[in-house]
Formats: sequence, structure tokens, C-alpha cells
Amino acid sequence: MTEVLARLGAGWILAVRHLGRSLLLLLRILEGVDELLLRPRLLVEQLFSVGVLTVLIIAVSGLFVGMVLSLQGYYILSQFAAESALGVMVAASLLRELGPVVTALLFAGRAGSALTAEIGLMKATEQLSGLEMMAVDPVRRVLTPRFVAGFIAMPLLAALFSALGVLGGWFVGVGLLGVDDGTWWVQMQARIDWNEDLSNGVIKSLVFGFVCTWIAVFQGYNSVPTSAGVSRATTRTVVHSSLAVLGLDFVLTALMFK
Amino acid sequence: MRQGQEVSVAGSRPPDEPVLVKIRGLHFSRGDRKIFDGVDIDIPRGRVTAIMGPSGTGKTTLLKLIGGQLAPDRGTIEVDGLNVHALGRRELYRLRMRMGMLFQSGALLTDLDVFENVAYPLREHTRLSESMLRKLVLLKLEAVGLRGARHLKPAELSGGMARRVALARAMALDPMMIMYDEPFTGQDPISMGVLVKLIRQLNDAARLTSILVSHDVAETCAIADLVYVISGGRVIESGPPEQLRESGSEWTRQFMQGLPDGPVPFHYPAPALEADLFGEAA
Repeated sequence: MTEVLARLGAGWILAVRHLGRSLLLLLRILEGVDELLLRPRLLVEQLFSVGVLTVLIIAVSGLFVGMVLSLQGYYILSQFAAESALGVMVAASLLRELGPVVTALLFAGRAGSALTAEIGLMKATEQLSGLEMMAVDPVRRVLTPRFVAGFIAMPLLAALFSALGVLGGWFVGVGLLGVDDGTWWVQMQARIDWNEDLSNGVIKSLVFGFVCTWIAVFQGYNSVPTSAGVSRATTRTVVHSSLAVLGLDFVLTALMFK
Repeated sequence: MRQGQEVSVAGSRPPDEPVLVKIRGLHFSRGDRKIFDGVDIDIPRGRVTAIMGPSGTGKTTLLKLIGGQLAPDRGTIEVDGLNVHALGRRELYRLRMRMGMLFQSGALLTDLDVFENVAYPLREHTRLSESMLRKLVLLKLEAVGLRGARHLKPAELSGGMARRVALARAMALDPMMIMYDEPFTGQDPISMGVLVKLIRQLNDAARLTSILVSHDVAETCAIADLVYVISGGRVIESGPPEQLRESGSEWTRQFMQGLPDGPVPFHYPAPALEADLFGEAA
């Protein structure tokens, strides 16, 4: 019993220590944001790597999620002769929940893991130490641009996901299942609320982008500099990010839609 | 090994020879393992000083302590009169601009080519025009014989070439000192010969101070003016290479001559073989 308690305690101490270190790292990352104004090229390169290279998986996923949503929604709504509300249902589901959440999960798997692996390998091959010895702060030069790029890219990717999801849903609902085209768009315009749906979705995606990129850069910077260490850090990025996104989504939803 | 046999270079140093790096009472541990247990070292300006010792004695750690990447548990390290671990981040980075370090792996930035790797510190810390920067980088690469390799990526370089590029990068800001971390490890005889010659030539031509960490006795002694031998967290002996070769210390003799057995035993501590074989010991 004592041993179990001791292990639990040790686990908690380790978790709190990690949280403290990640918070300190976050402060150092944020300290360097002003330098990006002087060196915008660093940010543009990372926006390409973190954002543009993630577009394909987000676009394809958004399209298919919208199509499936439309298909499932039609079967349920048609039982109540409410097919006309299909567009609203698809758009609201995507903007409020699926857009930010699924994008964040995909972002953690594609961009987050790549960020962790890249930073971890830079550490393992002494590139970060090399920068330090060249009097270049690796946090400002390597971590800050990646963090800011992730924070900017995530809401844009979520918007793309939702937009393509609506188009996918329209293709299935209007094109294949025969819902009226005009009703689809008019109902959507009338019922989708700027604050309730759009703004809340954007806030969620900003929060998820912040958390996922923070976890990714911290895990990379904190990884054990061996191949096994980088591999474990990459796995932790995906697991921790996914859990954080799902947990935060519940909290944010509870706060936003009281 | 035997503390009584330590030769203090600090004591024997001519008074007119200034010291660039002064280490006093250095203590450093990793977990429960003591790496340094009261080390005193003086690195004279303008010389090649070698820090030698078996693997795992903390030679690389010593370079990281000098560069301020690690902090000692106790003791002080002064570089050019500045206490490295009392400096703020800005002052430390300003000091590092006057230090170069050649990492064992080269530590080149893998997404940049050779030219951009050497240009990196210049782009970061100077406002040189592109044409001036190009000339400087080409001169640095010429000094290490790799001007023709400027368009290659680090992945296309051999281990020896990568270290020469890293050396050109370490020299880019014309530092006052360069620290070499195991520069000869894993090198073929030709690359090793090139590196040995380069380290000495660059030290003399650019009036640098070089700190060379290595366990390659022959190559290091060929170019070092002064050698410190460390083991068990302490300086065992120090002096010019010729003096160490004729040292009366058994430990130093074993290390310098590469003898398999001696004060550093061939066998890791274990119970008697018979006891182990016949199951008398656990």
C-alpha cells in the first residue's frame, strides 16, 4: 500500500515538474515572438512546413467527414420529414465541433509529430547545442517560429476543413440525395450564428493550435537525445495532444454553450 | 592516480604568460555520479592545450562547462577574466561569440548547405553585405580546403569533411579560442592527418587558443603544447607531452602507452572466476 502511494506521489511530482518546465519553456518561446517581426522569413518557412504541408490531409478528411455527416444526417432527418435542415445540421456540426476537433487531432498526428521529431533529432545531433555555442538562442531561432506557425496555421486549417466539409455535405445531400439546393443554403445562412457557431469554433481552433504546438515543441526540446528517446517523444506528442484536445473540447463546449 | 604526483601547471606557468581559461575547485555531478571532484586547470593563451583521459571521464562535459552550457555544482570557471556562470544570458552569448566549438558530430545544420552553414554565424551576428559575406565564407572554406564543396549538403559529406566544415564555421567570427571535442574519433588516417595539421596551423596563424579534448594520444601529443590528464574526477598529471611521456606515474604511463592492464584494471570488478563458475557467488 505504502509502495503504491509512493509511486503515485512520484508520478504526480514528475507530472508537476514537467508542467513547470513546459510553462517556463513557453515563456521563453513567447519572449522571442518580437524577433519574428525582424526575421519574417523564419515564420514563412515554418508556415509552409507546418501549415501548407498539412493542407492535403485536412482537405481530404474535411471533404469525407462532410459527406458522411450529410449521409447519416439525411437518414435521421428524413424520418421526421426534416431534410431541409440538413445543411444547417452539417454546417453547425462542422463549425462547432468537428472542424476544430478533427483538424486538431489530424494536426497533432501530421504536423505535431513532425515538429517533435525534427526538434528531437536536432537535439540528438547536437544542432541545438551548436546553435547555443554560436551564441544563437535555439528557443528563439528554432522553437518560437514553429510555435507561432502552428498557432496561426491551426485555425486556417480548421476553416478549410469546415468549408470543404460543407461542400462535401452539399454534394451528397443536394447532388445525390435530392435535398433542395436553395433550401440547403438559405437555411444555413439563416440559422448559422456568427457568435454562437463561427466565433466559438475559431476560439476552439486557436486554443487547440496553441496547446498542440506547445506540446509538440516541448516534447521535442525535452526528448532524450537518442533514437528511442525521439521516438517516445513523438508518440507522447500525439497521445498528449489528442487527450488535451478532447478534454479541452468538453470544457470549452460547456463554457460556450451554457 | 596518486594525488601526490600531480604536477601543477598553474604553479609552473611562467608569470608573463596570460591565462585565458582559469578553472578553480570545479565540482560537477550527474545524479549520484561524481564527474569532477575539485579540478584546477589553467589554459594558457595562444597555445594548444589538450585535455586527455579515458572515455567517460567527463572531457566533453568540461567543454560544456567552459562554454556555459552546463553549470558546476561548485567552483568557478573564468574565460578571459569573466566568470562564465555569473553572467546573464546576454553577456554569456556575447562571450560565446568569442568562442568557437567543434562538436564531435560536427553539429552542422542539416537543412543548410556547406556555404550557408559557415555563413550562419555571420548572418546572425553581423550586418555584412552579401558580397563581403561571400568572400569571408569562401576564405574560411579555403582555409579548411573545402571551398569546392560549398554547394554540398551535410549528408553528402564524409565525417572528416563535416568536421572541417564545422571548423570553418567555428572560425567564422574570428574567435579568441576554439574548443575541439574529440576531433579525431572515427577518422581515417588521411582525415586525421588533415585535422591534426589544420588545428595546429589555424591556432598559430589566427593566434587562437585551442582546447583539444581527446583520447587519441599520438595525434594529440603531436600538436599540443600542454596536456592535462584527467581521471576519476581529478587532474592526474599535467605538463608538456614530452614530460608526460617520461612520467613516473604508473597511471599516466598506462594511458600514454595504451597498456591494457595497470592501475586502470582490464577486468571490471567481479568476484573470483572460480566462485562465479561454480556457483558460489550470486
